[in-house]
Order: sequence, then C-alpha cells, then structure tokens
Amino acid sequence: MASNNTYYIPHKATWPVVGTAGLMMMMAGFANYLNGAATGSTFMVIGLMIFIIMFAGWFSLQAIESERGMLNVQVGVSYRMGMLWFIFSEIMFFAVFFSALWYIRNLSVPWLGGEGFGPGRSTEMLWGDYVSGWPTNGPGNVGGEFEPMGAWGLPFVNTLILLSSGVTVTWAHWGLLQNKRKQLIKGLAATVVLGFTFVAFQAYEYYEAYHEMGLTLGSGVYGSTFFMLTGFHGLHVTIGAIILSVILFRSWKGHFTPENHFAFEGAAWYWHFVDVVWLGLFIFVYLL
Amino acid sequence: MSAVIAGHDEQHGHGPEKGILRWIVTTNHKDIGTLYLVTALAMFFVGGAMALVIRAELFEPGLQFVEPQFFNSMVTMHALVMVFGAVMPAFVGLANWMIPVMIGAPDMALPRMNNMSFWMLIAGLLMISSTLFMEGGAPAAGWTFYPPLVLQTGNALPFAVFAVHLLGISSIMGAINIIATIFNMRAPGMTLMKMPLFVWTWMITAFLLIAIMPVFAGAVTMLLTDRFFDTSFFDAAGGGDPVLYQHIFWFFGHPEVYVMILPTFGIASTIIPTFARKPLFGYTSMVYATASIAFLSFIVWSHHMFTVGMPVAGELYFMYATMLIAIPTGVKVFNWTATMWKGSMTFEAPMLFCIAFVVLFTMGGFTGLMMAIAPADFQYHDTYFIVAHFHYTLVPASIFILMAATYYWLPKWTGNMYDERLAKLHFWLSAVSVNILFFPQHFLGLAGMPRRIPDYAVQFADWNMISSIGAFIFGFSQLLFLYIVIKTIRGGTGEKVTAEVWEDARKHSLEWTLPSPLPYHTFSTPPTKIPTEHLGGH
Repeated sequence: MASNNTYYIPHKATWPVVGTAGLMMMMAGFANYLNGAATGSTFMVIGLMIFIIMFAGWFSLQAIESERGMLNVQVGVSYRMGMLWFIFSEIMFFAVFFSALWYIRNLSVPWLGGEGFGPGRSTEMLWGDYVSGWPTNGPGNVGGEFEPMGAWGLPFVNTLILLSSGVTVTWAHWGLLQNKRKQLIKGLAATVVLGFTFVAFQAYEYYEAYHEMGLTLGSGVYGSTFFMLTGFHGLHVTIGAIILSVILFRSWKGHFTPENHFAFEGAAWYWHFVDVVWLGLFIFVYLL
Repeated sequence: MSAVIAGHDEQHGHGPEKGILRWIVTTNHKDIGTLYLVTALAMFFVGGAMALVIRAELFEPGLQFVEPQFFNSMVTMHALVMVFGAVMPAFVGLANWMIPVMIGAPDMALPRMNNMSFWMLIAGLLMISSTLFMEGGAPAAGWTFYPPLVLQTGNALPFAVFAVHLLGISSIMGAINIIATIFNMRAPGMTLMKMPLFVWTWMITAFLLIAIMPVFAGAVTMLLTDRFFDTSFFDAAGGGDPVLYQHIFWFFGHPEVYVMILPTFGIASTIIPTFARKPLFGYTSMVYATASIAFLSFIVWSHHMFTVGMPVAGELYFMYATMLIAIPTGVKVFNWTATMWKGSMTFEAPMLFCIAFVVLFTMGGFTGLMMAIAPADFQYHDTYFIVAHFHYTLVPASIFILMAATYYWLPKWTGNMYDERLAKLHFWLSAVSVNILFFPQHFLGLAGMPRRIPDYAVQFADWNMISSIGAFIFGFSQLLFLYIVIKTIRGGTGEKVTAEVWEDARKHSLEWTLPSPLPYHTFSTPPTKIPTEHLGGH
C-alpha cells in the first residue's frame, strides 16, 4: 500500500505506445481499404485488436492500482477533471453535426430553393425548378425516392429506454453510495440490458430504413445528416454499454467503495452524456 | 537562494530508464517535454525545407523546379507541418517542461496520458508525411482542405483525414492534462491570480484546444464520408453546401491560430520583465485580455470568408466583432511596452527576440485589422497580402518567441550557458531576413498577386526575388540556431549557470529557485514560498 498522502506518479507506461501503434495501424489499414488495397482490411482488424488489448490492459492496471489504494483523493480529482473535459470534447464533436443540420435546414436548403438575397439568386439559375423543404435529398434527387424516419415508432420507444436507463444507473449509484451491493448490481445490470436493447432497436431501425424506406446514407443531405448523427450516437451508446458492462463485472467482483469509485462515476457521466445527446437527436432529427 | 529539495532523486528512488526505452515508456514531464521539443525542431526544418521549395520556385516567373501539383502539395504540407508539427508541439513541449515546475507540482496530473499524447502526435505526423509518397501526391488543396477541390486528392485523402484525427486526439489529451495539472496540482498558496502568465495563457489555450479539435475532426470526417460513403454534406446536388465546410473549418481555424499565439503572449510576458528588471505591467489586465481574445476567437470565424457570399448583416457583424480583438491585443502590446518603460534593460538574446516580437507582431496585427474591414478585404482576399499578414503573426511572433524561450530556459534545463555572441548573430540574421522575406509580400498582395500559385505575371518579379533571397537567408540562419542548441546541450560555453541564471529571476517564477540543471524530479514536496514579484507591488 502506497502512502495516501503522495500524488501517485507511475514511472513506466507501456500501454500508450502499444495503443497508439494499434490505432495507427487500424487507421492506415482503413485508409488503404478505402483506396482499394487488398490488405487494408486485414491491417485494420489487427490494429483494432491491438487497440482493444491496450484498453483491456490499461484499464486492468488502473483497476488494480485503484483497488490497492494507490490513488489518493487528489488523483481522483485529476481523473474526474479528465473525464469531464473528455466529455466536453465529445459534446463539441456532436455539436458539429447538429450545427451542420441546423445550417442545412435553415440556411443552405432554403437558399438552394431561391430564398433570400445573395446566394439565392445565383443558385436560381442552376436549380431553377427546385422547391426547397425538409426532408430533402436536394435538387439532384440524390439517392432516389425515400421515406423519412418518423418519430413516434421505435425512436420514441428508444427515448423511453434511454431515459429509464438514466434512472437505473442513478439508482445503482445510490446503492453504491449506501453500500447496498445488490441494488448496485441490479441497477447496473438493468442499465446494460436497456443500453444493448437500444442498440438492437437502432439496428432494426436502420435495417428498415435501408430495406423498406429507401433511406440510406446516400439519400442526399437528409440521409447524410440522419445517419451520421444517429450513427455516431449509436456508436457512443455501444461504447457506453460496453463500459458499463465492465463496471458491472467489477462491481460483481467486489470492486468500488462508497468513497472510491471513480470508474463508476466516469461511466455514469458518459452514460448521461449519450442520453442527453439522444434527446437532442429525438427533437432535432426525428421530431422537428 | 536555492530553496532546493536536494537529493530528490535518491529520495524518490526513480531515475530515468536506461537506453532508448527511457524515451518510449517515460512518464516524466521533462522527458516528454524534451521529446516534444526535439520533434518540433525536426519538423521546423522539414517544414522550412518545404518553404524553401516554394520560394525557390517563386524566385523567378515561369516554372523552374517543380510541377504545379507538387508546388501545391508543398504549400499545403508546409502549413500542416509547421502548424501541427512544429509550433503546436513546441508549445506543448514548453508546457510540459515548465508548467509543473512553475506551479510547484511534482509532474503533470495524468503522466501516462501525457506519454500517449506524444506518441499520438508522432503517429499523426507519420501519417501525414507518408502522403508525400502516395499515388496522386500529398494533399494539395491547401491546409484548409476546402471541398470540392480537396475531394480530388488521390490516395492521400483518407490518410490526411486520419492524421487530423490522430493529431486531434493528441492535442485534446495534452490539453486535458494541462487543465487537470493547473487546476489540481498547484502548490499551496499558488492561487490562480499568482500563476505565471505562461501558465495562464496555456490554460486558456487548452480550453480552446478541447473546444476546437473535435470540430476539425468532425469536418474532415464529413469530407471522408462525402468522398467514400455517398453522403452529400458539401454537395449542392444532394442539398448540401460547400460553404458549410468553410464555416465549420474556420470555427476551428480561427481559435486554432490563437492556440499558436496565446502561449507566445505568455512567454513574452515572462521574459520581458526579467530583462527590463521590472514587474510585468498590468498582470491582471493581461489575464483578462487573454481570456477576452480567446472568447472573441469563437465568434469571428467568417472574416476568413468575406468573399464567399454572405448576407450583408453577416459581413457587418463579423467585421465589427473582428475589430474588437484589437482592443485586448492592444492592451497586451501597451503592457509590454509599459513594462520596458524606464526599466534597467539589458539585451540578451531572449530579450532581443521579445522586442522584435512586440514590434513585428504589432505590424502583423495591424494588417489583420486592415483585412477585418470587409469591403477592403475583397481586394486582399487570397492574395500575398494575407500570406504576409499571417506570417508576420507567426514567424516573428510564435517562432521568435520559441527561440526566445529556448535561449531563456535552455540554460536552466541543461545547466550550461549558450553562446551569447552566436545567439545575437542568430537574432540579427533572423530579424533582418524575416523582414526581407515577408515585407515585400505586402506589396505583392496589394498589387494583386494571388497566393498558392507556382507562377506569376512578370510585374511581380522584383519583389518575389527579394522575398526569396530573404527566405534563404532566414532558412539557413536557423542552422545556426540548431548549432547553438546542440552546443549548449553538449556543454555550451563551459560556463556553468547559477540556479537563477538571470539576475533576480527567482523573484518572478518558481523554476529559478531550483538548481540548474533541473533535477529529474522536482517539487515532490510542494514549495512553501510562492514568488509574487511578477504581480507587481505585492
């Protein structure tokens, strides 16, 4: 047990360089795949595996250090700040796509339809018969006819699922704080189940879009914004659910105390973040 | 004098690893700082070589040495390498070395992540450099990657996109680390308003980075999907808009240029008081001015796009908002001048670079003000005038201050004094040649010479030739800098420096209370006395 008064400074870090190599290999492989090289996908998969191994190794190391009590309160504050600002950077990432959607719907699509001064006048010559509106796949009818995604079917069910998962994760946190381990594990398990159910429903929604509604990533700017926003969100929900599964496993192994459970908190914050992003999506992508 | 925790290494029990492994697995902020600085210096010469290809081609009208496509690649890669490979890593390197020492912390808050942000940088730089050898050549659409032009890039496009992702991850991790360090690791008594300005400016820079790097990542992701996955974000036929990319890019791009200038301000505010032998004039106003500049940088982006087609209300708003930046920047320039006023100034190399910075950066700032005027910008847009403008704000500002910082702190890091005579020679060669290089570009731009072209009309020949001569003098002068740095690391003039190196420096900042060279571990127990001289009158 290291002394609890000193700030823990690790002296050798092997995982960062391993993870970087894995990520770089994955990206280079993906890039080569996009360029049509035959070996691209192989390198991509190997790189991804190295990257996953890095996460497993690095997080195990952190879990061991935490359980041994090597991390004092001040280290915990650093971790919390790190997580907080990481989530902020993620918010900015999503903000790009929300802003793009706003700009397209409120400015550039009306301009394409000839509205306003300046840009509108020149586009009238190019796209004279285009009547702007939303949803749209543009004056070129890119991707062909499609049916837009409604809000009140699966998306609404998914909203309820994510909102309840926010409740269950908080209930689990209360359990942890009061040292009610059963409540902790039940709450986390419910959250994980709800999270993966969301992902499954989302996958089904995509299947329907592609096979029955003619709605694809290539369906003009409506398809682009719809799939990019919901797709990146779905990816984040998947990551969040995996993180929560790890936390569930650790809780089941007896990790975390009412005083020391940064990993739980970080995961819960991340989960609330994907939750809030979904509310934005439900309103701006599905509803309006 | 030196309130040193002697025998620190023994007490801590951890020296550096042996051999090459030390540099791969290190979590020590000084090691990582060194890695960043060495990388930045190497990339400075790579980017500089690219600049000399550009200037060689432009020495005379007509096509001399390179194909137009390769010329455009050089323009693009010079910018990317200098921004993401040289200037930003150099400042991160200085942050790593100095922030923990300046605030009395034992290391950065998240040492393992610190290591990872460095290697992510290397991965990103390898990725972007590899495009030089690809089918279709390196990206050639300018560092701004405007669609639709950039979508015509060959095999390099996905590599460039992923390089941006890697560099973004690196910067975000670095920035998070700096914020956690500053907010969580300060020694008792080191309140926010007692921090050295370098720490302050870096903290604000770190917030900028966290806010903007994901934006750039999102923008290039949309380029990737537009090219490979049939999306229509920037394609009007599908309902998208190429101008949307420009808006997103410059929402990132404008704060990004402040990422390169705010730490510059911080270092100038650190060095000038030392050699003027006076406290910094207006410490508090410096902090608020930095924060104001950072805030304003988020609401002025469309001044890069005045000619793209915007409602008049937009042009007016972005014009006036941009002009506002002159106010906090002016506060800073007046503060530096007032710091020197009636000071007992001496003119060692760091101070010379700082004075040149104050004068030449002010000039770059004024041309910025000229371009902020929307109707006038229709004449300047995409000409050599803008090239002259931003090089004045980057080369004799950011680069000069990086030189100043090197001369200022290198004796502290190594314990050896640099050769003052050679450093002065380096200064005068740089300061004169940088003006020969960039000043004529103002005339070229006002006369209408467009940027990013390999050939030009004969009426531009004279000034281009002069500019190119200046470029080669400036470029080769930097080899002298390399020589001085290596010589200093290997023993310098043979003169060992004292703990505070510069007269009374310990009154200004904590690093000078420690021995020179700085021990491998510092402030394992926090300092008890916090310097306050830089605050003035306290």
